Amino acid sequence: MRGLLGIEPLERAEIEAILERARAFQTRESHKEILQGRMVVNLFFEASTRTRTSFEIAAKRLGADAVSITAAASSVSKGESLVDTLNTLNAMRPDAIIMRHAASGAPHFLARHLRETPIVNAGDGTHEHPTQALLDARTILDRGKKLEGLRAAIIGDIAHSRVARSNVHLLSKFGARVVLCGPAPLLPKELAQIAPGVELSYDIREAIREADVIMMLRVQLERQHEASFPAGEYFRFYGLRLEHLGLAKPDAIVMHPGPINRGREISSEVADSQSSVILSQVENGIAVRMAVLERILRS
Amino acid sequence: MAKLVIRNGRVIDPAGGVDRTADVLIVDGAIAGIAAGIEAAGAEEFDATGCIVAPGFLDIHVHLREPGFEHAETIESGSRAAAAGGFTTICPMPNTAPVNDNHTVTRYIIEQAERYAKVNVFPIGAITKGSQGEDLASIGSMKEAGAVAISDDGRPVMNARVMRRAMEVAASMGLPVIDHCEDLHLSLDGDMNEGVASVRLGLRGIPAASEDVMVARDILLAELTGARFHVAHISSRRSVQMVAFAKSRGLKVSCEATPHHFVLSDEDMIPYDSNFKMKPPLRSRCDAGGVVEGIVSGTVDAIATDHAPHAGSEKMQEFEQCPFGILGLETAIGLALETLVHSGKIGLARMVELFTSGPARVMGLDRGTLRPGAAGDVTVFDTERRWVYDVNRSYSKSRNSPFHGREFRGGPVAAIVNGEVAWRLE
Repeated sequence: MRGLLGIEPLERAEIEAILERARAFQTRESHKEILQGRMVVNLFFEASTRTRTSFEIAAKRLGADAVSITAAASSVSKGESLVDTLNTLNAMRPDAIIMRHAASGAPHFLARHLRETPIVNAGDGTHEHPTQALLDARTILDRGKKLEGLRAAIIGDIAHSRVARSNVHLLSKFGARVVLCGPAPLLPKELAQIAPGVELSYDIREAIREADVIMMLRVQLERQHEASFPAGEYFRFYGLRLEHLGLAKPDAIVMHPGPINRGREISSEVADSQSSVILSQVENGIAVRMAVLERILRS
Repeated sequence: MAKLVIRNGRVIDPAGGVDRTADVLIVDGAIAGIAAGIEAAGAEEFDATGCIVAPGFLDIHVHLREPGFEHAETIESGSRAAAAGGFTTICPMPNTAPVNDNHTVTRYIIEQAERYAKVNVFPIGAITKGSQGEDLASIGSMKEAGAVAISDDGRPVMNARVMRRAMEVAASMGLPVIDHCEDLHLSLDGDMNEGVASVRLGLRGIPAASEDVMVARDILLAELTGARFHVAHISSRRSVQMVAFAKSRGLKVSCEATPHHFVLSDEDMIPYDSNFKMKPPLRSRCDAGGVVEGIVSGTVDAIATDHAPHAGSEKMQEFEQCPFGILGLETAIGLALETLVHSGKIGLARMVELFTSGPARVMGLDRGTLRPGAAGDVTVFDTERRWVYDVNRSYSKSRNSPFHGREFRGGPVAAIVNGEVAWRLE
């Protein structure tokens, strides 16, 4: 595997291998010999505490050296182009570059110009966030559910969500049925065509009915240039509340990539309920990223 | 007397009703005659056996980047690329720095062209000052200085009232108004055509409706004002239909299509490759098909390239950040042959018309024919030679083409400008 740019191009077997390997990393036992002496650079052009920290911990648990660079502190603010920044970093010969960028396709663009260094996409614009989908899948499996035949509802600002896209591709590859739900301006109808088994709904109740998994997305106000939905009506129509959970399967789980906005897309009661697996997701983030880094750097 | 005789080609001049194997004689920069076996003692000979000999091709939509962006292109380099693409006349858009919104800039471009250009250069002036969309530019004095049309290409006039006034003035002076039809509110921040591909790639969409609403507006304003209105780089099926409707009602409305819009669709893009980023964006297959249908039916008047060079450093960026536009001059004939002629959609005469009398009529230029007395501009091309486009050998100063490495069947052989060979295939 040369880097990880997205879920869409991955084979199902590859995903299965990563998810299986991640199980071995769920314990705290030491794996420092695996990537001893290797160096990964975390290059974050967009603020993100949890993903960056998660990758850093994953690298360190495998014994690799991890250097984190955030855009504000780098030469990017001095007007250096992305290619120049990456060429400079690349000259220091990292074994892999983990990259988060606000522009969709930025890691793909770089992968074409830096052919020798593997790039891991830690979230590119509104395109993909592959390790998030992997950790979500690991979390679903940990709850004893199968991905085949799963019914998942993904609710929120789908248009601007890289988490939604990566999850759609992953779940679809395993034959899950995915209902995407959100306000019409944030739910372009073309989404139904990006992968098999995808349906759209503007009604949260309909989306949740008989669901095994409910994934809530953060309302990403910073990705919107205008109000796409009447102000103040979002929570009323698309916020997940306790009363909704009864529509889903009895053992349904509620997921959220975080950070959560209590009272905006999810009520406090739901976030703290038994159904919520939000903290397991965070934990699995490290295990899955260890599996990804191992796979990329050992090959 | 300077004489050039082009021997034994298949001479196709749709405007003159000619399609036969013959010689073309040019004397002192003007067409002197078309006949078999012309006696031309002392004339320079050009053997065009096996080639098509046509009136000089016009590209009425190019960006030469001079003045202001000479690192990306100059009048000289752009005109060399034009000649190497088989064009003998080009019309540069006014989005230079400074903007060509007054006679001083118009004169500058014409004087630079007289000194350095390999082909005829007829500049297009701005509609509004600085192409800001507010106050009208010095339309009359630009015309006197040599501007042949007005356009705020790339920065369309959003205010319908301003556009109305511009059309009234242009109509009174006999100038066509060319609009890059794009509702900037609808297309805001968009990077590519809105559709399945944009949703899949997570790129912001530019809906075809952003083009259509402006085409509709401008057709209505053209009717109101009596102006000659020309749609630049038409890319949507709906817009083609509206132009056809306007023509059927007898309005002075015309449109041009670029090769990339009838050859490629958003499904052909290499993801996040900035060489596929332009405005209007590559549309859906259905839209590209609509443009081809417009070419076949006669709704489309001209093929124009929207040749838009950008320096490597500008294009080597994140897709969302890089500027819009691609090169076009050197690949236009090859692409038109491939998609339109070899596929059987149109005949060679119609293709020649789209590059000659069609654009000449749109711009009101006395070019695009081989009638005796016409300017001695001739394009020689062939329809069978296999060749591969290598953008690194382009005459342009820039390298932003999605057609690098593409194999073509047929292409330009020579560009003869005012009786002199400006470029010929080696």
